[in-house]
Amino acid sequence: MASLINCPHCGVRPREEFTIRGDAGPVRPAPDADFGAWDAYVHLRDNVRGPMAEHWQHSGGCRRWLVVERDTFTHEVFAVVDAADYTRVPVAKPARARKAANPAGRRGGA
Amino acid sequence: MSFSRFSDGGLIDRSQRIGFSFDGRRFEGFAGDTLASALLANGQVLMGRSFKYHRPRGLLSGGASEPNALVTLGAGGLREPNLRASMVTLREGLSAESQNRWPSLGFDLGAVNSALSPFIGAGFYYKTFMWPAALWERLYEPVIRRAAGLGRASHAPDPQDYEKRWAHCDLLVIGSGPAGLTAALSAARAGARVILCDENARFGGRLIRDQVEIGDLDGPGFAAEVADELAANANVRLLAGTTVFGSYDSGVFGALERRDGASSGPAQRIWRIVARRAVLASGAEERPLVFGGNDRPGIMMASTMRGLIHAEAVRPGNHVGVFTTGASGHETARDLLARGLEVTLVDSRRDIPDAERAASRSARVLEDHMVADALGGKAVSAMEVIDRASGRRERINIDALATSGGWNPVVGLACQRGDKPDWDTNRGMFVPPAASDGLMAAGSAAGILDLEGCLDSGARAGAEAAAALGFKPKKTSIPTVREACGGSTGFATLWHVSEARGKAFVDFQNDVTVSDLGLAVREGYGHVELAKRYTTTGMATDQGKLSNVNAIGILAENRGLSPDRVGTTTFRPFYTPVSIGALAGEHRGAHYRPVRRSPLHGWAEKHGAVFIEAGAWMRASHFPRDGESSWKPACDRECVAVRAGVGISDASTLGKIDVTGKDAAQFLDLIYTGKISSLSVGKARYGLMLREDGLLMDDGTVSRFAEDHFVITTTTAAAGEVMAHMEFCAQALWPELDVRLVSVTDQWAQITVAGPQSRAVLVRIVDEDLSEEAMPFLAARPVRLHSGLAARLFRISFSGELAFELAVPARHGEAVADAILEAGRPYGITPYGLEALNVLRIEKGFITHAEIDGRTTPGDLGLGKMVSAKKPDFIGRVMLAREGLQRDDREQLVGLRPVRPDQTVLAGAHLLKPDTAPTMANDQGHITSACWSPNLGSHIALAMLRRGRARHGERLIAHDPLRGFESEVEVCAPVFWPAEEAQTVNTEMLTVEHPAVRPAPPAPHDLLDGLFTGQTGQATLVMGSETLVALVTGPAAKDRAVRRVAKAGDGICRPVQPGQVLVVGRSGESAEALVTRLAMPRGLSLCDLSDARVRLMLAGPEAAEILAVFCALDLASGSFKPGASAPVLLGHIPAQLTCVGAQTYEIMVFSTYGQDLAESLSRALRLAG
Repeated sequence: MASLINCPHCGVRPREEFTIRGDAGPVRPAPDADFGAWDAYVHLRDNVRGPMAEHWQHSGGCRRWLVVERDTFTHEVFAVVDAADYTRVPVAKPARARKAANPAGRRGGA
Repeated sequence: MSFSRFSDGGLIDRSQRIGFSFDGRRFEGFAGDTLASALLANGQVLMGRSFKYHRPRGLLSGGASEPNALVTLGAGGLREPNLRASMVTLREGLSAESQNRWPSLGFDLGAVNSALSPFIGAGFYYKTFMWPAALWERLYEPVIRRAAGLGRASHAPDPQDYEKRWAHCDLLVIGSGPAGLTAALSAARAGARVILCDENARFGGRLIRDQVEIGDLDGPGFAAEVADELAANANVRLLAGTTVFGSYDSGVFGALERRDGASSGPAQRIWRIVARRAVLASGAEERPLVFGGNDRPGIMMASTMRGLIHAEAVRPGNHVGVFTTGASGHETARDLLARGLEVTLVDSRRDIPDAERAASRSARVLEDHMVADALGGKAVSAMEVIDRASGRRERINIDALATSGGWNPVVGLACQRGDKPDWDTNRGMFVPPAASDGLMAAGSAAGILDLEGCLDSGARAGAEAAAALGFKPKKTSIPTVREACGGSTGFATLWHVSEARGKAFVDFQNDVTVSDLGLAVREGYGHVELAKRYTTTGMATDQGKLSNVNAIGILAENRGLSPDRVGTTTFRPFYTPVSIGALAGEHRGAHYRPVRRSPLHGWAEKHGAVFIEAGAWMRASHFPRDGESSWKPACDRECVAVRAGVGISDASTLGKIDVTGKDAAQFLDLIYTGKISSLSVGKARYGLMLREDGLLMDDGTVSRFAEDHFVITTTTAAAGEVMAHMEFCAQALWPELDVRLVSVTDQWAQITVAGPQSRAVLVRIVDEDLSEEAMPFLAARPVRLHSGLAARLFRISFSGELAFELAVPARHGEAVADAILEAGRPYGITPYGLEALNVLRIEKGFITHAEIDGRTTPGDLGLGKMVSAKKPDFIGRVMLAREGLQRDDREQLVGLRPVRPDQTVLAGAHLLKPDTAPTMANDQGHITSACWSPNLGSHIALAMLRRGRARHGERLIAHDPLRGFESEVEVCAPVFWPAEEAQTVNTEMLTVEHPAVRPAPPAPHDLLDGLFTGQTGQATLVMGSETLVALVTGPAAKDRAVRRVAKAGDGICRPVQPGQVLVVGRSGESAEALVTRLAMPRGLSLCDLSDARVRLMLAGPEAAEILAVFCALDLASGSFKPGASAPVLLGHIPAQLTCVGAQTYEIMVFSTYGQDLAESLSRALRLAG
């Protein structure tokens, strides 16, 4: 995981200030959705190697829930947005396939 | 003749003699010596014994890579093993011990292993000690551990201080050799913020150990000139004695600063450096040559010998052999000859470049020769030289032998994030991967071995980094350079001398020989990662800094591949060993993690409480009286007192969350299983929260103070989890709802008064009608005390008695609790602690997280009725309906009584039907909570039992094999104390027969009392003045309005998150005056946190540096100006940091953490002083 995360509210902060929850992809189904949808929401997760969007809370700072789009392999962070904004305007899941090689330029931050 | 000291020259200060001891013998050295150089100068060439064969060993490479000269320093808690003698700066009184020898370094019985070596080659552990398995732990391991090994760690606590600190820079330069110095210089001259680290005590790297000329300066002179210029630049931080040990994501580096012998401050400091760019100028290690007996004391790297001559004036005897495959050997020969020593130089090459020949021209040079074997005992005495053309051997007596097999760039830090180094076939070395992530290698770390090239490559790298960050670097001109061999740097690759007769060591620290590697290949462990583990090459404290490349070369040879096909093992932090103490920093002992203290901590302490750790909290366990020898009699007495009369205890640690906003009720309906929106104002309700998978998360109470204002409580243990969960629901799941969550745990001292007499006691305190009609069960409302203090009163009970919880602002807690004690004295009021609380709740069958263990549903615990069947949605509703969570054969909560009341039952025991075997298949459930009930005169327990509710009356066995007992128990309902809450109102009690008691005004609490608070001129810590602190909240969309309102407080806006901004009142301002002045628009609300926060003020020129111990904000960059404010983590404690003026910071911290943080800040001030 990146050592630094750029909180949209607080700026660049060390990883220790954040707490991970997990995949931000699954959307909570409607209360009357079929059971399969609920089962998938609660239980089914991909073990992603590559780009992934995750819920993190800036628990040691503003306490806002964020969506961190990052590469689980290279540790590059692509974007960090407030979870409230992510819910309203779902960001397309990052489709860019990243190679194992390190990306050019600075990592971390955002 | 052995090693001694030249009578002149060197960089040592002969006027400063330093006494030290080695294995009990007294020696003398000079200022400027390392332990290694001082030992050599005293003729002590033998410095240690090897890991496996106990062979005599001496200094090999010096520096950080030294594999042999390992010593233990200090005694008791200060004992530190495995220190490289070459990295220990000599200081008066230093006492060093050699390692891995018995009975002494000179006479070591373990050396018998050498004779046994045919039996203990590579992999012998795996082949030999296989059976019988019973002997693994008792015999094999201890014996092997004792015979084979490094130094021993101390078991005593380390009394030294350690510290961790953040630092920020534009450019981090790792290593201060020629390339590092010019990189730092060119970036610093361009205006960049630079940090320059070097693991040695002096800056300069090879400049202070080689004989070179740069312009009209010598090496040390040039290094000093550059270091002086850097030191004078305010943008540059110079860290000597500091090893960068790790390169992490996002440009964060870890470095260890050793401060041996420093008179004040920490013994070691870990720097966490956030660098926008980094230049790796870590230099190159000279590659050892692998020939027979190449480990004998007195054999060392050619560059190491040069350095010892120039820097510490160590004389390596009279006649020195040099075995080289390149220029370095000739350079060493030149320097030995210049000092008047006799030199025999053996060069494996036939065509030695002219410049190299010129350097060593007065030595006897044997070209196209090799050293096949070195001979000698505790020191080298001769070398056997072989003519490559004829195979003829010649024995030559020598006092010391310098060897050079070329160079290995130190690439580790460039590869720790997963990149692999590249094999450069032309130059015969692994070079760093292409520059990436802002890290660029320069100088010999990049494979550039000549001095001029290093100076130039460093200057370019520094300028390039500065330019990339927007600075405008000027060209740094490099003066004319003169060095040995005219800068010739080539060398021939020679992986090992196959004509060797004796043991030829590849890895010195682990005693791995050429033949071990051959064996590994033959036995199928030829892959570089497997060979490492099979032979242990590249393991232990030096991690193969000298050996890895040779091992790869030899594996390549054996497998018929080129070295790049064999590849390297994985590079990981730490580059050199880092002590656990340094990594722990201040987080040990009482500060292992932050301690929260209840507002009633002092009150409980005053009344004799014994505290126990409960999560982050220190909680009162019991209040022993004279004659009570353990917690048990105190707990029994307290339990009886509550049931018979009245008791008082501290409930402040329960999580308390203030829930406001237009949609607060709707939100809580989604969070809890029950319907909260129907709760009347002034009432409380018990509530359950599920996880989304339908299992219980937590329980607590919900109280409604207004249509849009609730206060909920959580269990102490789950407070953090519940807050984060609710924030997730509010922010990520339903951001459209207007709901604002504020933790008010720290704001209130919550005092439980429980027992049949509790009402009679409280009427003396609370100026309200507390009758059954006015204050019925589950009433919750604001009240006033007789003293006029505003408080909140809840009629809720966790003991099953008539009980109240009185919440008062935290600072009033102690005075109010004392007043309640005073009011309760006629009724025999008794303070009770956590132990009694636990007994009381088990007697009533109330649940805690012993029962809410992540596997239980409300139904399992008999709380199925609390789950609304009507609400369309709440967290966990759908999944709770799963068949598996609704089946009636699930484990259900029951009570258990032992058939013999005096028979102990303990939580954790499993339940079995009588006469069944203790197997998983027969398991009926387990005991979750158990205690001795003094009120019932019996042990009692709560348990989860399969189909438990249908089995009341059945007898079972409580099986406890871990603690070794069984008891027969009878299943019953999970309620042992049958008495219903005393509903009959004793009207007599309501007539105030005793006068009202008014709590005294609170005494100001100085967190800094008795603590060191710094000194003027550096930084000082004081308590902030008493002012109102509150949180202005509003919908996130109205953040600008919220900020505007909050800024009106004292002129500074302290944002926490969108829609939540802290406001601080003016000194002496009343709450009413502040509210009036803020003139809040509709939709915003104010939550008083005056008692939930304390303010500490840190001021002075060093204030930012002190804060760097705690937080990662870049305070020095100028971006955190007066008026700036941010929520941060200080150490492990959340706080709001505000710059209130030049070099002046306000630290606003949760009040229950206040004491802990004050102590930590005080410690940092002491270490800085």
